[in-house]
Amino acid sequence: MCDVKFNVSETAWCPGCGDLNIIECLKSALEQSGKQPHEVLVVGGIGQAAKTAQYINTNGFCGLHGRSLPPAAAAKIVNKELTVVVNTGDGDSYGEGGNHFIHNIRRNVDITHFVHDNQIYGLTKGQASPTTGIGHITGVQTAGSMNEPLNPLLLALALGAGFVARAFSGDKEHLTKIMLEAIRYKGYALVDILQPCVSFNKINTFQWYSKRVYKLEEGYDNTDRLKAMEKAMEWGERIPLGILYKTEKQTFNEKFDFLKGDKPLVDRETSLEKVKGYINEFV
Amino acid sequence: MNYNILIGGAAGQGIDTISAVLEKILKRQGFQVFTIRDYMSRVRGGHNFIQIRFGSEQLFSHTEQLDGIVAMNGETVEYHIERLKPDGFVICDKEIQNPDSRCIGLPLKQAAVAAGNSRTAGIAAAGSVLELLGIADTETEAVLGGFFNEELSDQNFKALKEGRKLVEKRKQIQAAAEDTSILINGNEAVALGAVAADCKFYSAYPMTPSTSIMDYLASKMLDAEIVVEQAEDEIAAINMAIGASYAGVRAMTGTSGGGFALKVEALGLSGMLEVPLVIAEVQRPGPTTGLPTRTEQSDLRFVISASQGEFPRMVIALRNVEDAFFQTVRAFNLADKYQLPVILLSDQFLSDTTVTVKPFDLSLVERDKHIAVHNYQEDKPYLRYEVTPTGISPRIIPGKNPGVTVLVDSDEHDESGHITESAEVRVQMVDKRMRKLELLKEELQEPDFFGNEDCEVLLLAWGSAWGPVKEAVDMLNKAGAKGRYGALIFGDIWPLPEKLIREKARNAKKIINVEQNATGQLAAVIAEVTGIFCHDSILKYDGRPMSSQFIYEKVRGKV
Repeated sequence: MCDVKFNVSETAWCPGCGDLNIIECLKSALEQSGKQPHEVLVVGGIGQAAKTAQYINTNGFCGLHGRSLPPAAAAKIVNKELTVVVNTGDGDSYGEGGNHFIHNIRRNVDITHFVHDNQIYGLTKGQASPTTGIGHITGVQTAGSMNEPLNPLLLALALGAGFVARAFSGDKEHLTKIMLEAIRYKGYALVDILQPCVSFNKINTFQWYSKRVYKLEEGYDNTDRLKAMEKAMEWGERIPLGILYKTEKQTFNEKFDFLKGDKPLVDRETSLEKVKGYINEFV
Repeated sequence: MNYNILIGGAAGQGIDTISAVLEKILKRQGFQVFTIRDYMSRVRGGHNFIQIRFGSEQLFSHTEQLDGIVAMNGETVEYHIERLKPDGFVICDKEIQNPDSRCIGLPLKQAAVAAGNSRTAGIAAAGSVLELLGIADTETEAVLGGFFNEELSDQNFKALKEGRKLVEKRKQIQAAAEDTSILINGNEAVALGAVAADCKFYSAYPMTPSTSIMDYLASKMLDAEIVVEQAEDEIAAINMAIGASYAGVRAMTGTSGGGFALKVEALGLSGMLEVPLVIAEVQRPGPTTGLPTRTEQSDLRFVISASQGEFPRMVIALRNVEDAFFQTVRAFNLADKYQLPVILLSDQFLSDTTVTVKPFDLSLVERDKHIAVHNYQEDKPYLRYEVTPTGISPRIIPGKNPGVTVLVDSDEHDESGHITESAEVRVQMVDKRMRKLELLKEELQEPDFFGNEDCEVLLLAWGSAWGPVKEAVDMLNKAGAKGRYGALIFGDIWPLPEKLIREKARNAKKIINVEQNATGQLAAVIAEVTGIFCHDSILKYDGRPMSSQFIYEKVRGKV
């Protein structure tokens, strides 16, 4: 054990930004997970949310816009001892990185994906994101966003994700609990975290979310995929929060003996004796 | 003395198998082999051919003139008979009618039926070729066992013997020495080099002609414990490799020019994060889809300048199969030492050409990973981007040093990896990254030189042109052609090693660049770096590889 903590440093986020609560909850969840900072890797692409790794004392990988999932998955594959947590935005996850979102659900590497979903592009100052509602006027979508918003939870469920949840940055206790469960889940876990963007989203505000969100009732059966899909389609006047769906699935590493064995891949070496045998196959 | 046999037919007619069996039989008899593959981008039909050149001496190039043709269809005869020597032969089924007296129509189909499998006609033809040339096949059962299951192996063995019965011996060819070689192509050599270097992660998206690197590694995935992941796209492939490398294993991706174009932003990421990465770029003619299954050397200027911004990178052009193996190992060592991307530039010609070489000597393989350790209680705080005199900062593996975390960022960052917009730190970090080149330049390998030390005519080439140019220079000097000939063939190409080119250019009266592209990219790079200009160019960009004969004739035409 060492005495290094998951300290959060001063951020460059706007006062009132949902990210401020999210990073605080992330810190709590990581503390509760029993992990130490050097055992955790926080990965982000580009965007305001993607800067999370900059502000929390863990290993951090801030890569390219849209490309947070591929390096995160690869890092976990080669070192299963790392707890890998992706923190990045709706544009990064569902727009530029949409293809990786789809295929990493299929890959099912044991990583956690926290999408800070404020339904707008913050870093580039307020253009529509894949989750922006129809009619939402921005500097680019001057007549209002015309495209059907992407439903990340429904998409994840359709693709067979084993852990699909929604949380709200305004309910820290609930968010922390969901984050911890997602981190502990074995496999790819998606948490779409609704958050206000105080600077660029004047429609989906803190009040807007607060009025609509409700927690899934006790006794909700989160092993029923069809029921979860129904809940995922609930949007508008009422928006459900909680773990919509959770099931056990074989992870990527569990599919290969050499990746699930006692030593992570990073501690294994291919012997030259073995290579000699391979060369002899060309005789 | 060496011989040149062409095996041709439509895609799906089994010419790959026929030639693979024939090559291996020849190799096991002690012959040196050099085989090129010319195939179309289709799964059935069209016209594909393979040329097996073999002899007792080591071979460095294919050649145009043919000693024999095995024709699996009539087209093969029509397309290639012009190149057949006057005393050459065509082996084909008797149903293929051709008035040329060199055509030997044989009942190959009946031979196959007699062997118990109608699909063995091509192997029967291979038997006829061996018989005509008077070549023994003492290890054929073992060779066939490497390709087929027992039943098929037995049928093919019988077919080969049936094929032998169909013709009379014309020659009696024997190799000068016993077989001590391996038979391998460029992509297999790159893949083996990666395994030898302890590469543990290969992510790629299938793209001709690079795919067989992934195929080979995948065949060893479980035994060698290498993750081979077919990514959802080229961008994912390179970003995954970077993530794996950051986490501490040796990682690689491979593609051709089109895929490399998609990977470019992440190439810069490897440079900015200073995460080691090896990328194999197996060139084919572009732009865009170009000629998917053919060869070109037209991505040199692209790969040395790809990506926005400036950062150090290394580009190594692979010159031959042996080089492909050892340079791949070296690429991993350099990537780790300098924490930068190393691009291995190959092409379809090298990747698909099988040759006999000495088995790779593993005592020459070093694995220099340059991984540091850090104790947070005793050492000063860990800085991923510590400014050092060499520009190289100690790299540790995340998770392996209790109390120590590793932060990397594609934004400009300070020594700790945190985002900065400080003008001062920006300059410090650019200088730190670029400074790594100074040390790297000291260990660059000068180009290979062939020919007359005091050459008046200096040929400049790079990568896979190595073999054909080397052989062409020999031919030129032996032919007593006027002038004395030499050639420099670059492997390390970016940064450009400058010593030998400056030295040789001083005495040369005529410098000619020999390249498989339309614009003379090596000549342009040399001019940019050294101020040395070529006087003339030999450029080929029809998608077909240059032979030594081609280069010889072109040079003779210019001097």
